[in-house]
Amino acid sequence: MSLPILSIVTFLPLVGAAAILFGVRRDNPAAARHVAFATSVVTFLASLPLAVRFDRTTAAMQFVETHAWIPSMGIRYHVGIDGITLLLILLTTLLSMIAILSTWTAVTTRVKEFMVAMLVLETSMIGVFIALDFFLFYLFWEAMLVPMYLLIGVWGGERRIYAAVKFFLYTLAGSVLMLVAILVLYVKSGRTFDIQTIAHLAPTFSPAMQGWIFAALFLAFAVKVPMFPFHTWLPDAHTEAPTAGSVILAGVLLKMGTYGFLRFAIPMCPDALPRFLPAIMLLSGVAIIYGALMALAQKDLKKLVAYSSVSHMGYITLGLFALNQQAMEGGILQMINHGISTGALFLLVGVIYERRHTRLISEFGGLTKVMPIYAVFFSIFTMSSIGLPGLNGFVGEFLTLVGVFHSQFRIFAVVGAFGIILGAGYMLWMFQRVMFNRLDNPKNFELKDMNVREFVVLAPLVVLAVWIGLYPDPFLAILHPTVNHLLAQAPVSVASLGPLP
Amino acid sequence: MMPDIHYAAILPELCLVVFGLGHLMLSFTVREENKGSLAAMAILILAVAGATMIPLWNHPVVTFAGSYAVDNFALFFKWVFLLAAVLAILHSGSYLRQEGMEHGEYYTLLLFAVLGMMVMASARDLMVVYVGLELMSITFYCLVGYLRGRLGSNEAALKYFILGAFSSAFLLYGFSLIYGITGTTSIAGIHTFLAAHPEAMAAPLALAIVMVIVGLGFKVSMVPFHFWSPDVYTGAPTPVTAFLSVGSEAAAFAAILRIFVSGLSGQSELWTGLVTALAVITMTVGNLMAIQQRDVKRMLAYSSVTHAGYILVGVVVGGSVGSATVMFYMLSYAFMNVGAFGVVAALNRTDGREGSNLDHFAGLAKLHPALAAVMLMLMLSLAGIPPTAGFFGKFYIFMGAVKANLIWLAIIGMLNSAVSAYYYLRVAVYMYMREPEGEPQVMVPVSMRWSLAASIIGIFGLGLFPDAVLALARASAAAF
Repeated sequence: MSLPILSIVTFLPLVGAAAILFGVRRDNPAAARHVAFATSVVTFLASLPLAVRFDRTTAAMQFVETHAWIPSMGIRYHVGIDGITLLLILLTTLLSMIAILSTWTAVTTRVKEFMVAMLVLETSMIGVFIALDFFLFYLFWEAMLVPMYLLIGVWGGERRIYAAVKFFLYTLAGSVLMLVAILVLYVKSGRTFDIQTIAHLAPTFSPAMQGWIFAALFLAFAVKVPMFPFHTWLPDAHTEAPTAGSVILAGVLLKMGTYGFLRFAIPMCPDALPRFLPAIMLLSGVAIIYGALMALAQKDLKKLVAYSSVSHMGYITLGLFALNQQAMEGGILQMINHGISTGALFLLVGVIYERRHTRLISEFGGLTKVMPIYAVFFSIFTMSSIGLPGLNGFVGEFLTLVGVFHSQFRIFAVVGAFGIILGAGYMLWMFQRVMFNRLDNPKNFELKDMNVREFVVLAPLVVLAVWIGLYPDPFLAILHPTVNHLLAQAPVSVASLGPLP
Repeated sequence: MMPDIHYAAILPELCLVVFGLGHLMLSFTVREENKGSLAAMAILILAVAGATMIPLWNHPVVTFAGSYAVDNFALFFKWVFLLAAVLAILHSGSYLRQEGMEHGEYYTLLLFAVLGMMVMASARDLMVVYVGLELMSITFYCLVGYLRGRLGSNEAALKYFILGAFSSAFLLYGFSLIYGITGTTSIAGIHTFLAAHPEAMAAPLALAIVMVIVGLGFKVSMVPFHFWSPDVYTGAPTPVTAFLSVGSEAAAFAAILRIFVSGLSGQSELWTGLVTALAVITMTVGNLMAIQQRDVKRMLAYSSVTHAGYILVGVVVGGSVGSATVMFYMLSYAFMNVGAFGVVAALNRTDGREGSNLDHFAGLAKLHPALAAVMLMLMLSLAGIPPTAGFFGKFYIFMGAVKANLIWLAIIGMLNSAVSAYYYLRVAVYMYMREPEGEPQVMVPVSMRWSLAASIIGIFGLGLFPDAVLALARASAAAF
């Protein structure tokens, strides 16, 4: 019998959390930090064999484990991964490790509880990606709200309580309707929660039924992404969350929404899809432009990055719902890219916030002179976010836009391209105001450059940004079979509309 | 002529009567410093009663000339009553000591309340339902007013008594109408008669049904018969509130299931519409009122109203599916609601300030991290966040609704559940995100710890591994 790697990766953080909860005294924050970081490193290392032993030639679920759990309802502990979730899990374990390391000096109150929340969060995030049983999926999906809520509400900024409650209620309101959809799917497909079985049976339901199910699922995931106009919780949550919370929120949590589209909404409701597509594409286009314009107007660094997230997530949904291979692969790759570059930008904002306790752009200027290494990192991720060729953002955006151009929604490729110009605008302008200009604020004269820990935190993300930028093939190769399989399930009338050259 | 009585089947009830009276006698001899043993004795009596029920499982007995059934359905509910009573008693000792009111009659009354509930769960005759209901209600009138030095407690008792008497009158009137129509008070007899005469006096029967709904709806705090519950829940001693909110509600639901889902199942078109509407109104009104409360005890009172609304969905679904969902929910509810009121009891302060205000929860995570964590988990369970019993209970109820093609009802229920998260989370906000006022001492006595630990184990056990209890609930509901 082979090792249940997936379960090990998923529940290792929970074990670490329990160890901290019961084994570490409250007055010993250093121990809590060390145990948490060690746990996240081990989890990351344990997730690497998934990549090594992953079979890139098949779209079938791999590393599958299945056990009876609540047999009288047909609920099973059924987990497995395909190309999409492999990448997302690696992103999760990497970002969790980095996020925990980044809090070393930033979080000083209730460290023990903080670390427990981070590790519980990691377990529930990975659980969302591996679940192949709808009940199990929903369990992780909801359970994830609690640690994130506490992270924002306890360790956040001034308006943290408002932001935490808003985050919780928005997401919950979206997902309760998903639960009803899950129950309907369960009853209609002969009392099963098995996601793959439902994905086979659901397309045979009446188009009207599919439409309702799609609407319910869409709402849950659209809040999570967040798509315009369900995005209003995001700027608050991002701004108020502690750095590590923002990193996880932007890096992983938002991807759960787009993952939901890929795993559930698209394959399960093919007949409903064409009716919703124009609206979804329109909302994505609006999100791109609106997010960018809002970002241009921000005075707070974190808020700027938060609104840039709204814009970037617009590209991702645009790519996924263009329903052809290039756009979808571009969209999925962009999910990873956004995790890397936005995660890194939040970390970078955290670095100066920790030193100055302000995030106002106007407080800074000329930082290149006092923090040269910091400036280099900042410039790399600014460029990555803009989509400079040679870095990861370019590959994802380019594939997405090419794919969208070949779909029936050609016009949105133009919208997307315009959004890139706006993106360059707000990012470069921000970079100029923070990094260049005159070093005229006396409070910034003595700023220390990044220390070794901060360097170690950001270095892996630089490596990934360059790797994906120059040689994305290994990542795309992982995605090919899965995406092809997914598109084969999508409605033929739509999928065949984009004859690629 | 004496009817044939099956004594082994009513052994749990006999146990409570005999030992309950014995407990009262014995309590006069217990010296002041040994008062703690009173609670232990009461728990022992409940445990013995629970144990005597084990051999009865799967051996349904009908006794007292067909008016009293000891079947799996009754046993499941009886175990829920016993569990709730034990958990509540564990919260009682130190609470009463603080209030200077630790006397034996408190426990005797509690045991008799359990007895009344048991009679209700077993009743196959409307008169037996009524006898059980009155026994339960009268003991609760006393228990609610038990803190005779406290104005709130007195007011609550009086209010509960007057309104309770009204509701009993409604119930009796409904029963007498049913008797007039069918010529029998036996639930099975009513069913047979109505099956043979489907068109018998539809108008008076509808009136009778409304009367019965009013009477029993009062006990489960169904809107619009819920006005007593916030005041009574707030004024009563907190452990009594905990037991009242679970036990009395469970007993009334047992009676509702027997009367409606079993006896009047053929007349469902007469009552399902009304009960569905009341379910929607109950959960929505409960929610909207709970949002406005700043007193946790009062908030929990309105939240009980909301939960009654969810459970009514199970009644609407009816049949064995709906009954099983109600039963599973009642068990989950026993764990989480007694636990939540238990935390409120643990924060009780006798220094004159009201103990259950939200401000008293401020910074609890710093003062007493474990107690705050317990309360957080209980709130999440009440809000229906997985992996807790509260989530699975709701999941199960609404699954029943979807199976019965009441998808819209499931949607309304789930949306209400999302709204309810707001006020449950507010407790978490105060505990975790605000600073404590001053440095109040929070002590949790050992017995309360046991009870809270049992609640936590219960909500996670039922939330993660519900299969065994599901099987029990299904086996119990199979009678329908």
